[in-house]
Amino acid sequence: MIEVLTTGAANSIQDLGRNGRFDIGVSRSGAMDRLSLMIGNALLGNELNAAGLEIAIFPFRLRFDQPARFAVTGAEGAVTLAGRPLPPRWAASAAEGETLVIAPPDRGARVYITFADGIDVEPVLGSRATDLKSGYGGLEGRGLKRGDRLDVMPKPPMRAFGAALDPFAALDFTNPLPVRAVPAAEHSVFSADARKLFSRWSWRVTQEADRMGYRLEGPELKLERRLELMSHGILPGTIQVPPSGKPIIQLADANTCGGYPKIATIIEADLWIVGQAGPDSRFLFTEVTPDEANAALRRQRHEIDALARTVEVARSLAG
Amino acid sequence: MREPITISFSGGSALLLQSNSSRFDEQFQKRIWSLATDLQAAPGFTETVPGMNNILALFNPEEIAPEEARRELTERWAKAQPLPRRGKTVEIPVIYGGQNGEDFKPWARHCGLAPLEAAQRHAAGTYQVAAIGAMPGFPYLSGLDPALAIARRSTPRLAVPVGSVIVGGAQAAVMPQTSPSGWHIIGRTNIALFDPHRDEPSTLAPGDIVRFTIEDVWL
Repeated sequence: MIEVLTTGAANSIQDLGRNGRFDIGVSRSGAMDRLSLMIGNALLGNELNAAGLEIAIFPFRLRFDQPARFAVTGAEGAVTLAGRPLPPRWAASAAEGETLVIAPPDRGARVYITFADGIDVEPVLGSRATDLKSGYGGLEGRGLKRGDRLDVMPKPPMRAFGAALDPFAALDFTNPLPVRAVPAAEHSVFSADARKLFSRWSWRVTQEADRMGYRLEGPELKLERRLELMSHGILPGTIQVPPSGKPIIQLADANTCGGYPKIATIIEADLWIVGQAGPDSRFLFTEVTPDEANAALRRQRHEIDALARTVEVARSLAG
Repeated sequence: MREPITISFSGGSALLLQSNSSRFDEQFQKRIWSLATDLQAAPGFTETVPGMNNILALFNPEEIAPEEARRELTERWAKAQPLPRRGKTVEIPVIYGGQNGEDFKPWARHCGLAPLEAAQRHAAGTYQVAAIGAMPGFPYLSGLDPALAIARRSTPRLAVPVGSVIVGGAQAAVMPQTSPSGWHIIGRTNIALFDPHRDEPSTLAPGDIVRFTIEDVWL
């Protein structure tokens, strides 16, 4: 067991999310930064979809009531186990009674804590992800609170090690973050100015940014003509433009249908960057084709697979 | 009768097929259901999200290239015949007005009807589930008497309670969970529309017939 000592209600249990029931309105949910969750799972030899903790409110503290293996990935900042600092993207062992402390990060917005064999909670609709909006999955469909106790597998100690795969190396949080997007259904109905602004403006993330979506601040994006759209399916990453002209990025816990015009869809391979961008971060959108979107995702999957294989080899050598 | 459509990409692995019209058409919707059924067996396609006169089709780009998926979708749509689906009939008892239906009287006034009359007209209709979506188990119902239509509120409420019977534009619905909504609340029901722990979590499915019955009217 592990016990949560300090948390905020926006911290939750997440895996890679729910698929297959969009048709009855079930959101994908899952980690906002799926890449970091997968790296955390790969470091422990887990299935990439194993459930971990998504930490967005800091400081976060938990105590191990038993020896366990864990990894901390995602946003970079001060992480200590029993007072000893841990480097970013590091897997380590905890002894019984030790406390893990995650301080507010210096780079990024969300930290992931994964455990060997994952967190054992009952899957709902095929996933252990918490849907905070609809109130199911994870731990009773809610965020974490102080005193929560979670089942993780007891594991003997191992030598600590880190991941060479570092997606954060390419990110400069002091500059606009480059995010690729495929033009969406109503892209061509936006004015020529709006289309230019979309890919040239440095869009700021407002304070209204959570697991459902982010509102962006920037110039008003205008349509060439008025549009009346009927409700249609939307996916995480969809950039809608409501009548205010200010874009909204729909994310993990977003509604599965919407009615606003869509200018573009952020590609799956870059959604993790959005998940790591807190309020006041900036985005610079680049338009790409569906083929480019899929090639980027393929490269990312190869990197994670390579990491998982390296970990497997290292573990077999260590006996 | 072949209405113009637009097909566009939603990212690298999904296509949105939508009617170019802004008015809901029941025959078009029956072709959407037919396409959704057809795509379940189509190689490379993984999931569909039928909407209102549109459908989002997800595919696996490792099995089918994006442009090939677009061609496939276009061809299958051309062949899609209206699916005369008539599902189960579900009765939804409603308490109209009062605390549980705070927009009931203003809505009746907007429609130029006495409150009791408005409730009777609403309950007299035969509604069909066009699609489920937005939130878990939320039914988009067609069949609202045009005299009962009302534009959505300019400012959405932040929390419309579960069970609220609502009207927005030319559509009727029931809230399966407490959630923000810009639709008008005319009453309340106790029927649970969604339970993630049931074998079939959503009470309603596309094609189902919904009838509202009057349990009480608070005048």
